[in-house]
Amino acid sequence: MSAVAEVATAADWRSDFPVLAQSVHGRPLAYLDSAASAQQPASVIDALARYQREDHANVHRGVYTLSHRATEAYEGARDKIVDFINANSRNEIVLTSGTTESINLIAQSFCRPRLQPGDKIIVTHLEHHANIVPWQLVCEQTGAELVVAPINDLGEIELDAMLDLIDEKTFLIGMAHVSNALGTICPVREVVEHARARGIPVVVDGAQGVPHLDIDVQELGCDFYAFSGHKMFGPTGTGVLYGREALLEAMPPWQGGGDMILEVTFDKTIYNELPYKFEAGTPNIAGVIGLGAAIDYLQAIGMPRIAAYEQEIHDYMVGELKKIEGIRLIGEARDKASVQSFLLGDIHSHDLGTILDHQGVAIRTGHHCAMPAMQRFGISGTSRASVALYNNRDDIDRLVIALGKAREVFA
Amino acid sequence: MTRDEAEVQDLYRELIIDHSRNPRHFGKLENATHTADGINPLCGDKLKIYVCVGTDGSIESTCFEGSGCAISVASASLMTETVTGLNVDTADNCCEEVTNRLTTGNNTELSGIDLEKLGALDGVRRFPSRVKCATLAWQALHAALHNESAPASTE
Repeated sequence: MSAVAEVATAADWRSDFPVLAQSVHGRPLAYLDSAASAQQPASVIDALARYQREDHANVHRGVYTLSHRATEAYEGARDKIVDFINANSRNEIVLTSGTTESINLIAQSFCRPRLQPGDKIIVTHLEHHANIVPWQLVCEQTGAELVVAPINDLGEIELDAMLDLIDEKTFLIGMAHVSNALGTICPVREVVEHARARGIPVVVDGAQGVPHLDIDVQELGCDFYAFSGHKMFGPTGTGVLYGREALLEAMPPWQGGGDMILEVTFDKTIYNELPYKFEAGTPNIAGVIGLGAAIDYLQAIGMPRIAAYEQEIHDYMVGELKKIEGIRLIGEARDKASVQSFLLGDIHSHDLGTILDHQGVAIRTGHHCAMPAMQRFGISGTSRASVALYNNRDDIDRLVIALGKAREVFA
Repeated sequence: MTRDEAEVQDLYRELIIDHSRNPRHFGKLENATHTADGINPLCGDKLKIYVCVGTDGSIESTCFEGSGCAISVASASLMTETVTGLNVDTADNCCEEVTNRLTTGNNTELSGIDLEKLGALDGVRRFPSRVKCATLAWQALHAALHNESAPASTE
């Protein structure tokens, strides 16, 4: 595809997102914080509104038309997720409120009943708090130990050192697919290969992987893959836990309530089958339908095409940022996607964020819920620009100009 | 200059930039009688305030250390200049007066002290997400003077 054609395509994608057609502080919005939460295309917003206007009822219960329609749309979204990440079956797709809940579910339902004192859970130094704290909790509950695989100065996982940590006490490995703070694409396949040979399950935090990479969980070979709807242009409050069916089958329910049962008496409750065993209570029906619409949107374009376009914008961003005097890039992995963290001179990231906002440029500042990764670099936080399919070179140019303004303020 | 640019200039006045770059009374106070931590868990800003109160109930010296944005460091620096030499109760009233002024715009005098210099912080009121940066040190000083063991938090 020629560069000209790509730019034209990106402009089309951008116009699919109504929120981007506004000015902030008198300037067109340059939204560079999709790694925190991505914007929603009109098709997602419309799907939500249509459901709420025309089809809303509770799912799995009613015998009337609206409930049928709601159930069909909700379960239809689950089928789209199966296809989107190439799961084996819909029994492997548990709908949650987000990546955080998905990982907590694994920690409490899969790990807690099995972990013995002295067992090890391995994570890496670049993880988001959502892939650290749930493991710390279950370690406290069971006497197991959390072990941390190192990263190097580029922000890459030190694979050999990580593999060396795996021993007979290792119960489980948790790792990000893509680092939210550093952008590193992590060597999931290599870790899975070694772990599976020893029968150790691998949990992948895919919150930042799903929006940018073409995900095939069977090809990756991981045992669990967790992700959020709102990072992939869907609504907040939606998420997915993919788990291999045999593992999910053997796990006890996590939360009890309606929908997760077949029969309840005061003597005994028979739990529902997969995936409903893990979905207690009325789910986020509208949100999940919106997530389904987001998948339709992404698949219509095609993930490989999105990934290629984003990589081009990412590489342009990195190149332009490097030209700025006094900039220090944090996260320079050779295999990297979507985000760039940086420091500019001695300007604190929050000051930078405020000044950029007044230039209409939205970036994330602070520790990015990855304090240990910040500690690894001896810093308290960074400024982070992240790109999605609707960003273009103009957004990056605006970022660079705004950073110049910040330098003037702090001259 | 656009209005938005003027607002940014107003937030980052020369005095604020100066105090953030060259914070006064920055460091540890070995003979502190009161200390407290101030944390802003969302930003990760962290300050530690040291106060030495003399036998006559006046603040002999105040120091702070830690890291934060220009606003939080400048506010802490200005605070140490303001409260050193004051009676403890007067200093505590300053904390309340400044916090009110920054959070609500209420300029009611409580301390009887000339706080005009702190007007340099007033620009923060146009930046709701940054008000906490400016109040952090003052909340920590309040906690220190009241010997509160839990760190003062903006949340």
